[in-house]
Amino acid sequence: MTRTEFWQGNIACAEGALAAGCTFFGGYPITPSTEVAEHMAAKLPKRGGTFVQMEDEIGSIAAVIGASWTGARAMTSTSGPGFSLMMENIGFAAMTETPCVIVNIQRGGPSTGQPTMAAAGDMMQCRFGSHGDYSVIALCPASVQEMYELTVKAFNLSERFRVPVFLMADEIVGHMRERIDVPDSVERVDRVPLEKGTLPFSAGKTGVPGFPAFGKGYGVHVTGLTHDERGYPCATSPKLHEELVLRLVRKVEDARHEIADYEIVNPDAEQVFISYGAPARSVGQVLHDLGNENVGHLRLKTVWPFPEGILRKFPDAKEFLVPELNLGQIAREIERYVDQPVKQLPKLGGDLHTPAELKAALGGLK
Amino acid sequence: MSYFDWFREDRLPTIYCAGCGNGTVINCTLSAIDEVGWKREETVFVSGIGCSSRASGYIAADSLHTTHGRALAFATGVKLANPDLNIVVFTGDGDLAAIGGNHFIHACRRNIDLTVVCMNNQIYGMTGGQGSPTTPRGALSTTTPYGAAEQPFDLAELAIAAGANYVSRWTSYHVKELTKSVRAGLETPGFSMIEVMTQCPTNYGRRNKFKQVADQIEYMKTHAMLRKKYDTLLEKGEPIPEGAIVIGEFARRSRPAMGVRRAA
Amino acid sequence: MRHEVRFSGFGGQGIILSAVILGRAAVMYDGKYAVQTQVYGPEARGGASMSAVIIDDDPILFPKVMNPDIFVIMSQEGFEKYGSGAPESAVMLLDSTLVHSRPSCRYIEVPATREAKETLGRDIVANIVMIGALVAATKVVGETAIERAILDSVPKGTEALNTKALKRGFELVAQEKTG
Repeated sequence: MTRTEFWQGNIACAEGALAAGCTFFGGYPITPSTEVAEHMAAKLPKRGGTFVQMEDEIGSIAAVIGASWTGARAMTSTSGPGFSLMMENIGFAAMTETPCVIVNIQRGGPSTGQPTMAAAGDMMQCRFGSHGDYSVIALCPASVQEMYELTVKAFNLSERFRVPVFLMADEIVGHMRERIDVPDSVERVDRVPLEKGTLPFSAGKTGVPGFPAFGKGYGVHVTGLTHDERGYPCATSPKLHEELVLRLVRKVEDARHEIADYEIVNPDAEQVFISYGAPARSVGQVLHDLGNENVGHLRLKTVWPFPEGILRKFPDAKEFLVPELNLGQIAREIERYVDQPVKQLPKLGGDLHTPAELKAALGGLK
Repeated sequence: MSYFDWFREDRLPTIYCAGCGNGTVINCTLSAIDEVGWKREETVFVSGIGCSSRASGYIAADSLHTTHGRALAFATGVKLANPDLNIVVFTGDGDLAAIGGNHFIHACRRNIDLTVVCMNNQIYGMTGGQGSPTTPRGALSTTTPYGAAEQPFDLAELAIAAGANYVSRWTSYHVKELTKSVRAGLETPGFSMIEVMTQCPTNYGRRNKFKQVADQIEYMKTHAMLRKKYDTLLEKGEPIPEGAIVIGEFARRSRPAMGVRRAA
Repeated sequence: MRHEVRFSGFGGQGIILSAVILGRAAVMYDGKYAVQTQVYGPEARGGASMSAVIIDDDPILFPKVMNPDIFVIMSQEGFEKYGSGAPESAVMLLDSTLVHSRPSCRYIEVPATREAKETLGRDIVANIVMIGALVAATKVVGETAIERAILDSVPKGTEALNTKALKRGFELVAQEKTG
């Protein structure tokens, strides 16, 4: 059963988090994400959860990671400048395999840039922003409905794979209000507790170790240093470092097809748009207006790990067109995997690609 | 039980240099914890980066060895998410007062219920002896080769001004008083900060006229001045001896605190 | 049928709330689809504020207003920035207390601020008077739907005042049509 609401995207995100069982939110106000924090501040205490406004975004993500080690489903939300500040500790979360959800309502950058305008300029930062090699999961909502659904999914993926999961939204989706059908209940995946007698960072076949929550008698040592299966630092062992980093990367990358979430329209088309986030709405309008099967659409809800296998689902594609609210961050990723030409359709400034602009990009081929 | 039962034996010996004061500070802290009877499964040690912060890894309890300067922000998350856990934060002068300075004053302001043991050796020891925010004026370090030109922080005064409920300063020489003070910190609801002046023979003493470890301990012993005496001198307008290390309990109060354990 | 409604006035008049209420009425009580967006400036009061609502029987794909067919204009600056370019085919409701200019499209003069102040005693409900006029003139949502959406959205204790303001908006348009 569902009920209909008219919600802002950021509110839907917060409500999705609550539905997913989030009990801890640590954050710092920043436009255009603040409504997420405000809603959590209003709702969490009434449900026995904890909201804390930290002194900055470095502290916010740190508090979230600390809370997660007590077993809490924990999240933060931010935008560009705050996201940059979080990067060091995001690497710590990846290294210590701490489940956590980071919401980024993207705005125009670099620097203070356009606080109230949409962008998708942090897509590469979310994948590679912290130092060293690691892997993460990133989801991109294109509607208020998906702000809710993908937040729920972010929690479940984060619990299952023990990685930071990013909800990479943009100001348009975060700030617009629209109709949403809210389910009565949602699926919930919980981190698997560590079996007593097992070494805390021994991963087994799944690549994901059991979770030794604080306060349960595990006596676990958690460190950002390269560590062995006991969790003990061993920062000068080339072999152990390589093994650890490869496991952290593989547990996510090897599951990329399973994590992939997407929508395909007109798979036999010769011209195919690939989109994520708000520009997907413009593409949807173009396909609706054209009303034929000559133009296809791959809408990515999962951007990281990049689900390159689904690019093969367009056997007749002669050209991929990639509208993005940045200068081609994901278009370049697509180019790595396809032989066909990839047409970058970058857009800066905060406005969405208009359907007319996208129709023009199809050129004579349509 | 004794303090030694808290050690993670398979991790010993520590990385600390011969003559380092950190081991003394850890022993005193664990003795105090043992005295108050905290259970191992209910106690979490959080630390940042530096020699001091390696302490968490030698203790057989849940422990979180975090990023440079951020221990208090991580600890805030642990404590607020589960107030039933007892939290001790090990940190140093660089970790707490330089890169972590903002988290420090805000944790004091929130008066969050945890105990910070700051090993203040006035230097970045692990990375080879660079100047820190508590390096005294004139002291030599690899980044102050002509003598530190900046005014150092008084960490205890900073904690008091920022709102901590319990603040004291001792030295690694004053083991009995230090143990007692850590215990008082553990038992005070709200933010407790125990600053411990400690020797770094390798990277501070060696460059600053303490040829032997004992020389620096002797210096701390002879230059330590109880807060009461210091205040009396001030009151009378008498001069404070050069290099005096003011020690004692500076604040014990009951301002509203956050994250205090729920009543059983 | 897709309608694109653009609201403009100065910050503090409730321009954004008006758009939210309209969208809410369409979604929650008329079973339609709606998307509400707005322009965010740094100022919370003053300036020219703009918010827009798309209402459609079908799911809305492109979420931004491109060709508004209905304008609700509550300040002169708002008219100049967001109303003066209204196409001939559009209809504009303007607060005749505050807007001196007139558009080239069909328009309805609603003395909302004067009515709110003089008849209702609180100029803060001028936007609700405008919403009443908008609904009466365009039928973009139902009268019951808008009333319920207003009651969902206004502070407790102000329900009677807001309902009165809404009804006054309905009446002003009826008078305009008959007068």
